[in-house]
Amino acid sequence: MTDTTLSPITSETPSGAPAKSKSLYAIDDLTRKRNAAEKRFKAYGIGAIAIGLFFLVVLAVSIISEGIPAFTKTVVSVDFTLTQEQFDEAEGTLFKTKAYEGIFVNALQGQLEASGVSVPFDNATIERIVGKPGGTIREFFQANPDKLGEPVQFELAASSRVDGYMNGRVTRENMTDSRFLMKADLDLVDKLTESGIIKTVFNWNFITGADSGVDNPGGAGIGASVVGSFFMMLVVLFLALPIGVAASIYLEEFAPQNKLTDLIEVNISNLAAVPSIVFGILGLAVFIQFMHLPQSAPLVGGLVLTLMTLPTIIISTRASLKAVPPSIRDAALGVGASKMQAIFHHVLPLAMPGILTGTIIGLAQALGETAPLLLIGMVGFVARGYPDGVVSGFVDPNSAMPAQIYTWAARADYAFYEKAWGGIIVLLVFLLTMNILAVILRRRFERRW
Amino acid sequence: MSLFWLIVIVLAIAVAGYVVGRARALASAGGDMRILHSLPSYYGSNVAMKTAVPAFLILVVWLLAQPFYINGTVSQMIPESAVGEGSSLGLVMAEVRRAATGLDNAVASGQMTDDFARNARADFNDITARLKDAGQIVTSQITQPVMRAAQSYRIMVSTGNLIMSIVVILAAIAGGLWGLRETNKDFRARNTVEKGVRFILIAAASIAILTTIGIVLSLVFNTVEFFRLYPATDFFFGTTWSPSFSGRGGSSELGIIPLLWGTFYISIVALIVAVPIGLFAAVYLSEYASPKVRAVAKPLLEILAGIPTIVYGLFALLTVGPLLLSVFGDGGLGIMKAGTAVMTAGLVMGIMLIPFVSSLSDDIINAVPQAMRDGSYGLGATKSETVKQVILPAALPGIVGAILLAASRAIGETMIVVLGAGAAARLSLNPFEAMTTVTAKIVSQLTGDADFASPVALVAFALGMTLFVVTLGLNIVALYIVRRYREQYD
Repeated sequence: MTDTTLSPITSETPSGAPAKSKSLYAIDDLTRKRNAAEKRFKAYGIGAIAIGLFFLVVLAVSIISEGIPAFTKTVVSVDFTLTQEQFDEAEGTLFKTKAYEGIFVNALQGQLEASGVSVPFDNATIERIVGKPGGTIREFFQANPDKLGEPVQFELAASSRVDGYMNGRVTRENMTDSRFLMKADLDLVDKLTESGIIKTVFNWNFITGADSGVDNPGGAGIGASVVGSFFMMLVVLFLALPIGVAASIYLEEFAPQNKLTDLIEVNISNLAAVPSIVFGILGLAVFIQFMHLPQSAPLVGGLVLTLMTLPTIIISTRASLKAVPPSIRDAALGVGASKMQAIFHHVLPLAMPGILTGTIIGLAQALGETAPLLLIGMVGFVARGYPDGVVSGFVDPNSAMPAQIYTWAARADYAFYEKAWGGIIVLLVFLLTMNILAVILRRRFERRW
Repeated sequence: MSLFWLIVIVLAIAVAGYVVGRARALASAGGDMRILHSLPSYYGSNVAMKTAVPAFLILVVWLLAQPFYINGTVSQMIPESAVGEGSSLGLVMAEVRRAATGLDNAVASGQMTDDFARNARADFNDITARLKDAGQIVTSQITQPVMRAAQSYRIMVSTGNLIMSIVVILAAIAGGLWGLRETNKDFRARNTVEKGVRFILIAAASIAILTTIGIVLSLVFNTVEFFRLYPATDFFFGTTWSPSFSGRGGSSELGIIPLLWGTFYISIVALIVAVPIGLFAAVYLSEYASPKVRAVAKPLLEILAGIPTIVYGLFALLTVGPLLLSVFGDGGLGIMKAGTAVMTAGLVMGIMLIPFVSSLSDDIINAVPQAMRDGSYGLGATKSETVKQVILPAALPGIVGAILLAASRAIGETMIVVLGAGAAARLSLNPFEAMTTVTAKIVSQLTGDADFASPVALVAFALGMTLFVVTLGLNIVALYIVRRYREQYD
C-alpha cells in the first residue's frame, strides 16, 4: 500500500501498452468495425437494387428470347407448274388430294435435284413435315383455274414440330420419334433448309390472325383478341374518364365536410386495394347472373375494368385538380364567374394534361388485367374471328389479349407457350406505348406553378 | 338493338330541346342577349337536361326492375312438380330463359313464325327438335311447364320492352315541354343547370359506394345460398378440399383450411423475398444514392410494378418453375416433383412486390424529419447507424403498414398462383410441393362447367367473401397505421 507498488504501473502505461491512441489519424478497432459495418450496410443496399434490376433483366431476356419465335414461321416453299392435263387427271382419281400430293412430292424432288441434293423420302415424311399439302393445292387451283400451266410458288406452313426444330425448341436430343415427327425426318429438313426450300419468314398471321383450335398452334394469332381488348378499352375510356372526372371534381371542389363525403373517400381508398378477382366476382354476379348481359363480351369486361380503374383515375385526377393554384379560381370568381364556371372553364382545362396522364396509366393497368376476365368467361371462348361490326364488337363474345395469353398458357401443347410469350410481347408493346404517351403528355403539357 | 335506338331517340329529343329552348329564350328577350338572366346556352341546356336525365333514370330503373318482376311472375307459373329431384327453381328458370332466347332467335332467323312461337301448344318434342334444328342451344328436352313459362316469359319481356320505350319517350317529351314552359327571360337557367350538374357530380362520386354495395351484396347473397346447401362449420374448419363436380356436389368436401394455408404459405415466401430486398433498396435510394442514381434506379425498379400479372404468371410457369425443378428436382436435390410449387409462385410474387415495398417505404423514410438525421450525425453516428437506430425505428409503424399492404396484395394475387402454384389443395410444410390458394380456387370453381346453383360453384363466392374480408381488414389496419404515422410528423 505504498507509492512504490503503484508507481511502476503508472510509469509503464504510457510507454508499455500502446493502448488507445487519441489521434484522429490512427483508426482504432471500434472505428474500423463501424466503418466496416457502414460499408456492409451500403453494399446490402446496392445488392438489393442489383437483385431487383437483375430480376428485371431476366424477365426481359426470357420474354424476348422465348417470344420472338412466335413472330416467325417456317414455310416450305416449292415452285411448281400444274398443267391442265395433270389437273384433269387428278380430279378424275378417287383420292383426289392424294393425287395432288404425288404431284407436289414430284415437284419437290425435282427442285431438290436441281439444287444438287438428293435425299430419299416418301410421302409419309412429307406429311409429317408439311401436313397434307394436297388439299391446299387443290383448293388453290380450283379457285384460280387461270393459274393452271403457269409456275406458281407455294409457301406451305411447316408443322409445329418442324417449326420448333427450326427455332431451337425441338432438338434431336430432346425429341422422341412419334407419328408427328421422326428423328430421321430431320435429315430431310436439314437438306431442305440448305437448299432454301424450307425457310423462316415473318409470321403476319400471328399479329393479324385469330385463335386457332387446340390442335393447330401454328395458325394461332392474337389479332382478334387485340380487337377485343380495344373494344374493352373503349368502354373503359368512355365510362371511367367522365365518371372519374365528375367524381373528382365533386370531391375536390364541392364536397362539404360531412358523413357522405367521408364514406365516399373511404370507399374509394378501399376499392383501390380490393383484389382484382373480387371485381370479377362482382361482374359475374351483377352483370351476367343478374342483368343477363352476354358472357365473354367486351362490354361486360369493359364494365368490370371500369369499376376497377375508377379509383386510380379518381386519385390521379384529384391530385391534378389540387395542383391548380387557388389564385386561378379566385381570379375567375373575382370577374363574376359562378363556381361551376370557374371550375369547368378554368380549373379543368388547366388540370387536363394531368388527368389524361392518369387516365392513360389507368387504362394501361386495365389492359393488362387478367383475373376478372377469367370469371366473366373470356377463357373458355376461342376467338376464331373478328367481330362483324361495331355493335357486335361490344356484345359478341370475344377474347382479350391477357385472356388469350392465359388460354394459350393453359393448353397442353408446348407450341402454344411460344405463342403465349409472343402475345406478351404484343401486350407489353401496347403498354409501353401507352406509358410513353403518358410521359410525353406530362413532359409537354404539365405546368409547374 | 331497340335499347340502342331508344337511347338515340332520347338524345335526339334532348338536342332538339336544346335548340328550341335556346331560340325561345332569345325570342322572349326580343333577340337582345343582355336582357336574359343567363347566357342563352344555359336555357338550351336546361331543356336538354330536363329531357334526358329523368328519361335515362326511368330507363335504368326499369331495366333493373323488369327482370325481377318477370322472374317472379314466371316462376310462380312453374308447378312444384316441374322442379325435379336434385334440381332447383333457379335451374328451371335458367332453362326457361334459354328456351325463350331459343324461340327469339328462331323467330329472328325466320325458322318459326312469331305466331307459332307464341301460341304453340302442340307437340313439345317437336319444338325441342325444331329449336335444335334452328341451331339453338336447348338443353335435353323442353317439358310442357317450361315451354309454357318460356312462352309467357317471351311475351312479358316483349310487352315490357314496348311499354318501357313508350314510357321513356313520353318522359323525355314531358321533361322537354316542362323545360320549355319555364324558359323566359327572367328564368334563372344557369342556377338550375348548375344545380343539375352538381347532382350529376354527386351521382358520379356515389358510384364508388354503389360498387362496394354491389360487391358486398353479390358476395353475401351467394354465400348465404352456399351455406344453405353446405354447412358453414364444415367450410371454415374442414381440412379437406375435394370438390366433386358430378352429382351436384353431393359428395364434395369443401374445407377452406388447406386453401388458406396455401395462400398464407405463398404470401410468406413472397414477403420473405420482397421485404428485405425492397427495404434495403428503399434505404439505399433515400439515404445513400446520388440524385442521378436515384433518377435511374427508381423508375427501373418501378417497371416491375407495372408489368401485368399474367406476365409474371407465365414467367413462373415457364421460366422459374423449370429452373427450380432443375436444381431441386430429381436431377438435383430430389425434393421437388413439378415446376409448379409454393416456392415458384412465392418467388415470382416476391419479385412483383419488391417495387411495392420499396416505393412505399421510400415515401415513409423520406417523411422522417431531416432534423432527426442531423441530430444523429451531430452525435457522431455513421449513416448506417443513423438508419438503423434513428430512421428505421421512427419509420417502423409506416413500414409495418407498407408490409401489411404488400401482404394484402400477395393474398389477393391471382394469375401468378393460378399458373405457378399448382392445383392440388394440401396441408404440407414442404415449400417445393404444389399447393393452391383461395384465389386460384375461385377461378377454377367458376370457370368450370358446374352449374351456378350447385355448391361446387357457389363455394367460390364464400371463398371470395373470405378473401374480401381478409384483404379489407389488412388494408384498413395498414392505412390506419400509415395515416397515424404521417400525422405524427406533420
